[in-house]
Formats: sequence, structure tokens, C-alpha cells
Amino acid sequence: MTAAPVCGQSGARVKLRHMRVDYGDGPTAHVDLDVAPGEVVVLLGPSGCGKSTILRALAGLLPIAAGQAEVDGMPIRKPGPQCAMVFQEDALLPWRSARRNVEFALSMSGVRRGERRTTALELLRQVGLEGFADHLPGRLSGGMRQRVQLARTLAAKPRVMLMDEPFGALDAQTRADMQRLLISVWEQHRMTVVFVTHDVDEALLIADRIVLLTPRPATIIRIVEVDNPRNPSARFEAEFVGRRNEILATLSEG
Amino acid sequence: MTTTESRPVPAVVAPPQTPTRTTQSSRPITGALVRVARPLRRLLPAVPVAVALLVWYLLTAHHVVAWVRFDKIPSPADVASSLWVELKSGIFYGHVLASLRRILAGFTLAGVCGVVIGIAVGRSRVAAALIRPLLEVARPIPAIALVPIAILLFPTSEQGIVFITFFAAFFPVTVAVIHAMKAMPTVWADAARTLGASGRDVLWHVVLPGAMPAIFSGLSVSMGVAWICVISAEMISGQFGVGYWTWMSYSLLDYPGVVTGMLTIGVLGFGTAWLVERIGRRVNHWLPGEAAR
Repeated sequence: MTAAPVCGQSGARVKLRHMRVDYGDGPTAHVDLDVAPGEVVVLLGPSGCGKSTILRALAGLLPIAAGQAEVDGMPIRKPGPQCAMVFQEDALLPWRSARRNVEFALSMSGVRRGERRTTALELLRQVGLEGFADHLPGRLSGGMRQRVQLARTLAAKPRVMLMDEPFGALDAQTRADMQRLLISVWEQHRMTVVFVTHDVDEALLIADRIVLLTPRPATIIRIVEVDNPRNPSARFEAEFVGRRNEILATLSEG
Repeated sequence: MTTTESRPVPAVVAPPQTPTRTTQSSRPITGALVRVARPLRRLLPAVPVAVALLVWYLLTAHHVVAWVRFDKIPSPADVASSLWVELKSGIFYGHVLASLRRILAGFTLAGVCGVVIGIAVGRSRVAAALIRPLLEVARPIPAIALVPIAILLFPTSEQGIVFITFFAAFFPVTVAVIHAMKAMPTVWADAARTLGASGRDVLWHVVLPGAMPAIFSGLSVSMGVAWICVISAEMISGQFGVGYWTWMSYSLLDYPGVVTGMLTIGVLGFGTAWLVERIGRRVNHWLPGEAAR
């Protein structure tokens, strides 16, 4: 094992085969989806439609009621670092500094004690938090906390990174910074990303493919392929606006 | 115009949940206190103590009898000389050590058992079903009501006293930890598990540190109750200890000795509570309320 935090392996293939997840009195999600290795797929749907449920099932945090979810052909049974997750709320351990939060992830994935510190500092540098390593999460801004979460998740060297509206609680400027950061991190590591959001612009900015979901129970209405994905100037092109309106129209019908 | 408001704000944004230190009702008082010159403010805690001593002196020196009778109550001077004699004798320290040892044993045992059982009951339905009924029945029993049983159960009164102290100190910690389990954000454990943490890792690295604020608030209640019980138990069945010694002084009509004993209990209780508080603050330095200190 090397001290370099860069992923040795690239992303894994994710297959949801007629996966159904129940919560409470009935099904909250029922989807059939194939995600290629290294692809960025965004699940887009109205708030409360059950898109987070799909993600939690993929993470192994919720039981799958019917069908199957696979990562590289292996069915998901319990949570593990193959599918690490970035949460919307404060999922950092508030008693650990930024560095020690990252070190926690490193120790969970078996990195030796002596290597954790330098690796954690390197990961924090990658997400632009040089100099904030010893700050407690409570002393960091919302955007900085999400940066720490990103660094911590990278520490687990996930082959699939699950992101549950990770920038939903941030202001517009910070959110745009974080989207750029995510893209640059993805370009370095090329892991598979499954990203949940209700923000159409965010989906169009980061996705290879956008999965449009119906309200509860969440089923797939349509999958939109983004041509020329993650093109920084795309936002100002007429096609982007056209796509955006098309998606909004589809969602309001569904 | 309170100087508390002009405290410099740290460059990095503090979390929104940071409680404001000056509430509406306390503002005029804090304002007044802040205006008092700094060295004088240091002396403020001495004022009520001095007043209490003065009132005590006046009541006993004039042998006031007005429904309550102060004619047999020892004066501050009597107590001071009794205390001086005791501080020079070795016996006194023996009693103090005996009480401290019992407190330490009962309290430590209660802390460990309280945390373990609290976590089990708070996190496992099976454990809750098995343990909760017993807890709920045992909890209302005042520890001191166990004295007869403790005498029957244990070969020496020493062990009985430790048991009673343990019994009293156990419940505040346990109940605090059970509630902490319910109140803890589930996202902490979820995040740890998606990072590859096992059940044991979650318990050790997430649940236990996350419960520390509750554990310490339970422990500080426990410490108070532990002193009440150790002293009462010593008065009833001890052969050593500050409680026993206080009661003995009363039996021997050594009233200054009684007050010396009471003051000793007060100081010991204060000291141990301060210690628990101090350790708790260090452990829970990450709490938003602690950051402002």
C-alpha cells in the first residue's frame, strides 16, 4: 500500500436490477439502472420522491425488498468502503478535527497509523483545506465541512461514490465552487459517482447521464444523456437552456 | 453597553447553534457585574461566604433563641479550633481517606456499569426488554433503604457501603446514556459504516465519544448522590469515614466536631464535583458551548 491517496483502481460498474426498496407501509423506490464504471449519474426528482432511499440502499444502509443491487457483479449486503457516501447534513464526527475525521476513514480502510497523518493532510490539500486541518467541524463553514466530508470519503478509496444532495444546504457561490471541486476530484480519481439532487442546473453541470424520477414511489421516467458533459462554458449555450426546460417539463408531467 | 457583546468574532464562522451567553433576563445583571472593576470581581464569591460566617457568628454569640435555638450551636471560633485540632491529628485524614476510597470505588463501578448498560439498553431492543423492567423497579428505591439488605448481603460493612454508593450513583448515568442513545444523530454511524467501520468500530469511535456529554452530565449528578449515600451509610453502619465521624461527634456531645464533619463533607463534595466537571470539559471540548470559554 502506498501513501499516495490517488485511487489505484478506477470506478466500478453498478447494476440495479428491478431493485425495490420499501419503507414504512409500501415501496418508496423501484428502479432498473445500469451505471458504467467511472460514469457520473445524477438521480433527479422532486423532494421526498425516494431518491435518497435508492442511494441508501446502494450504500447497504437500507434492505433491498426485491430485485438486486450489484457493484462489479457482487451483490450489496452490508455497508462498506466500496460505496462510500457523502451526506447532506453534518455527518462529520464533531469531536474530531478535520484531519482526524479523515484519519478515521483511513484507519477504517486499514491504512497504517504512521501513514495516516501525511495522507490525511494531502487529501485535505486536494479539497482546498490546507491550513484548516486542526479545526473542529463546528468551527468550519458549511462549504468547508462538505470539503472535509469529500476528503474523508476519498480516504476510503471508494470505487463508487454516493452523494446525497451534498451541496443542497450551501449558498449559490459555494455550491458552484463545490461542483467545480467535485469535477476536478472526479477527473483525478475516475470513480463511479451516483449523485442525488433536485437541482436541474446542478444535474446538467456534472452528469454524464441524468435519471429523471417520478414522485414516490420513485420510478424512472426517462434517462437524459448529456452530450459534451462537464463543459464549463455549456451553461451559457442555448442547448443547455433547452435541455433544462425539457427536463423541467418532463418532471412536472411525471 | 455590555462588554460581553464586543467579544471578537473568530475569523471562521461559528456554527449557528452556538448559544448566546447573555440571555434577555440575565443581561442587566451581567452588565452590572462587568462594570465592577476586575480585581473586585474576583472577590465577589467571597462576599456570600463572609456574610454567612457573620450571620452564624452573630446568631451563636448572642445565643439567639427564637423558635429555632442557636444556644447549643457551636460558634465559628469553636469550629475553627476544632478543625485546627483535627487537621493536626492523623485520625481525621484516615476518616477522609476512608470516605474518599468508598466514593471512588462505588462511583467508578457505577460509571462503568452505567455506561455499558445504558448503551446496551439504548441500542438493543432485546437488552431493553430484558433489563429495562428491573431498572424501572429498582430506580425509585432510595439507596439508603438498602442498608438492611446490604448488612445481610455483604460480609463487611465496608463492602455494603460501597454497594449502596454504587446503587445510588448508577441510575443517573444509566438514564442519561439511554437517552443519549436515542438522541444521537444516526448519520454519524451511517457515515462510519459506509467508510467500512464494523459494529465494534461504530461503538468505540462513534457511539462512546458521542455519548460523552451525556455521560458526564450523568456523572456529575451521580457524584452528588454518591456523597449523600456514602455519608448516610457511614452514619448508620460505618466504623470509619467522615459520616461515621460526624455522627460519633454528635453522640459524644462534641458539637464543633459535628460542624467540622459537615464542612469536611461539603469541601470533599465540592472538590470531587469540580474534578468531574473539569474532566468532562476537557473530554467534551468540542461542544459549541465550550468553544466560547
